[in-house]
Amino acid sequence: MSERAKAARRVLTEFTYEPAMPQKGYTGRTLYVNLSDATIRAKEVTEEMKEKFIGGRGFGLWYLWHGVEGDTKWDDPENEIVISSGPCGGITQYPGSGKSLVVSISPLTEVVIDSNVGGHFGPLLKFAGWDAMEIQGKADSDVIVYIDGTTGRVTIEEAPDVPVDSHKVGHWLIEDMAETEEDRYYMSAVAAGSGAEHSRFGCLNFSFYDRRRKEPRFKQAGRGGIGTVFRDKGIKALVVKTDPVRGDSNHPADPERISRVGVKMHKEIHDYDAEQCRMRYRGTTYLVQIMNDYDLLPTHNFQYGSHPDAPKINGEVWENRFTQGIPDGCWYGCTMACSHAVDGYELRTGPYQGETVIVDGPEYETLGGCGSNCGIFEPWAVMEINFYCDTYGLDTISFGTGTAFVMECYERGILDQEKTGGLELNFGNAEAALELLHQVGRGEGFGLIFGQGIRRMKDIFVEEFGADRAFLEDIGMEAKGLEYSEYVTKESLAQQGGYGLSNKGPQHDEAWLIFMDMVNNQIPTFEDKAEALHYFPMWRTWFGLCGFCKVLWNDITPPDNDMTEEPAKIPEHVQNYVEVFAGVTGREVTREDLITQSERIYQFQRVFNIRLGHGLRDHDAVPYRSQGPVTVEEYESRQERYDTQLRGDLGLDPTGMTTEEKVAALREYREDQYEQLIDAVYKRRGWTQNGVPKPETLAKLGMDYPEMLAVIEPHL
Amino acid sequence: MRVLSYDAELCIACRICEDVCSETFFGEADAEKSKIRIHDEGDGLPSASFCNQCGECISVCPTKALYRDKRGVVRLDRELCVGCLSCVGFCPSLVMFWHADQTVPDKCISCGICAQDCPEDALAIIVVDEPPAPAEPYRSV
Repeated sequence: MSERAKAARRVLTEFTYEPAMPQKGYTGRTLYVNLSDATIRAKEVTEEMKEKFIGGRGFGLWYLWHGVEGDTKWDDPENEIVISSGPCGGITQYPGSGKSLVVSISPLTEVVIDSNVGGHFGPLLKFAGWDAMEIQGKADSDVIVYIDGTTGRVTIEEAPDVPVDSHKVGHWLIEDMAETEEDRYYMSAVAAGSGAEHSRFGCLNFSFYDRRRKEPRFKQAGRGGIGTVFRDKGIKALVVKTDPVRGDSNHPADPERISRVGVKMHKEIHDYDAEQCRMRYRGTTYLVQIMNDYDLLPTHNFQYGSHPDAPKINGEVWENRFTQGIPDGCWYGCTMACSHAVDGYELRTGPYQGETVIVDGPEYETLGGCGSNCGIFEPWAVMEINFYCDTYGLDTISFGTGTAFVMECYERGILDQEKTGGLELNFGNAEAALELLHQVGRGEGFGLIFGQGIRRMKDIFVEEFGADRAFLEDIGMEAKGLEYSEYVTKESLAQQGGYGLSNKGPQHDEAWLIFMDMVNNQIPTFEDKAEALHYFPMWRTWFGLCGFCKVLWNDITPPDNDMTEEPAKIPEHVQNYVEVFAGVTGREVTREDLITQSERIYQFQRVFNIRLGHGLRDHDAVPYRSQGPVTVEEYESRQERYDTQLRGDLGLDPTGMTTEEKVAALREYREDQYEQLIDAVYKRRGWTQNGVPKPETLAKLGMDYPEMLAVIEPHL
Repeated sequence: MRVLSYDAELCIACRICEDVCSETFFGEADAEKSKIRIHDEGDGLPSASFCNQCGECISVCPTKALYRDKRGVVRLDRELCVGCLSCVGFCPSLVMFWHADQTVPDKCISCGICAQDCPEDALAIIVVDEPPAPAEPYRSV
């Protein structure tokens, strides 16, 4: 650390410990930090935790459950931020093994949020000696928490010299905190930003040092406002430093088993990525064109699924903008390398106007949310929004979906310039979207209302602007209080459930079933859809227990995958994970065991939501915009499709019906379909028809803890 | 650049090169640890797999542990290597090797010791401007 950095800070608390590397994926200890009374201590990770909660999101939920009460709010000191990677997190041989999960009570949903993120913090935290970090309390003034795994010292320090915005924190880390170039390799920071202070959808940035660019890079724990909690606790940054990472730092039970399957996967990516998704060249941006082609790309606040200008922001464009030939993995050994960046971007607006920066991304969700959904098809604008959302610590999905919502409200006269403080929020107005973003960063004007998120904006627009509640409920794309991620679900009932029946809110990392359902018609019945809405959410949950990235499961497929019995599951890749999990932990498992591991956590989280006052059937409601056409113009834009459904599924003759009548008839049908889907899914998940996990479901999984049964009992 | 060259017409598949390589770097004769592998199905000429110093692995390495030295030979800095084995899966000739006994991969560094001990002079160190065409990869991973 530089003398300047030392002089500027005052250590409030120091805690020393014996650094110990993980054994078979676990260090056996969690770092507990309470900012209210400035205490730091170690907690034991028990065998029961490893067996039933595995790690990552499981550990986060475990600690949060024990740290809060049923009436704890997001900004109560008892609320926690728990960061944990998982037993396989930090291995380098299998690509996509550096993820962390962050868990907290969300300012948007008021229930548990879990958000997954790359970057080096989680793995380095473990190599500094900690399976998880549990942060509780609130600091009186802004602090950093510094975990020095090289000396075994953790400190809470007053940090007046530390910036707030993430890209500045990244530079502070490598310039002030790191003493040598090599220090930079094995340090990582977590930061939020000024926007997180003025909104409910603050995100966390997890840094990693890019050895080729010699710059800090970031990945985001975007969803649910954990950055807001972070700043509310008075944290400017978490910093970790370790000794050099080695191939065996995680001390797995059977390194050879992991290496064998890891090399196989590297080679599969080498051989097939270029002809499949081209993730190594364009990252997730490849999805823009596909979604547009299938009428799934959200456009103008999810009214439509395609736009003639979509090719202006598609994967081909970004392949040209992203610097090529750099191994852009967000953890060592990720040859999928989808963490691309635009180098040398000169900012045109805001407090950092004129600065030349690296834009981490854009990724698909940012393009869908801040691009097409807002009618913005200018690459510079999406890059500018992307950069500022990141450095202000704002989730690009909530920002994009929220901006699309206020743009539609503006175009329909619900908002006007008087109400927005002069912002002309028409679809496509990139300058207005950017000014709105800077207002959130500064905590000013309409930005403060906007920062509350869609659910609370609806209340404000009804109460203060006299808006029609029912219409806002139809077009405000949030469920459980969380803004939708960027897929149009109108023609996929299963994905309506994939979003609506998720624990944390509508986020695609739990289920993405649109192609299985809508395109390939592989799950035609309610029971088929319910089975998919059991298996896939459980399977996708599993990545976040162990430290894995989902992308390596299905954004590349073995060439013979289509010949397998269940190609949607990609059985060979699932088996890879069996091998890696067993190779790390020494615990032999089957593919089915992985689902059981997840189901324990999934049911636990559902009960946790109920404990926090939500989580019942009414909590799984979705806005009608996600189910079908709300307006006449939406209907008429795809009239042939909808008329065909009226004839075929409803037995109605649309001839002679007004569009309003057709909208109403289709709506009645589709809403009923969703309710029938809920019935089937609850049955498959072992829940009552009110969405409550049954005691026998919990017992079967060994999760019938008395405190969980006490939560569900009043609802049975 | 210094590269190893191989003449299949001269090779008798005695595999002395494999033992010599392994003994030199690991102190034991174990073909699984050799950075040159002789392949002989008995149905034609034998073949050999070893690094042609093409350097494609350099751009794949996330830690810049792979580099080309002054003689043009691609080398691994074991202190920087995090053992991710990306280079193993991405080597076009599959001649970046790994072994369970160590956490880092390994490759031919054109030292020429195998050539010195080759009884038939099938191996030699040559100096070239461009990497020679790689041998067809023969092993599956």
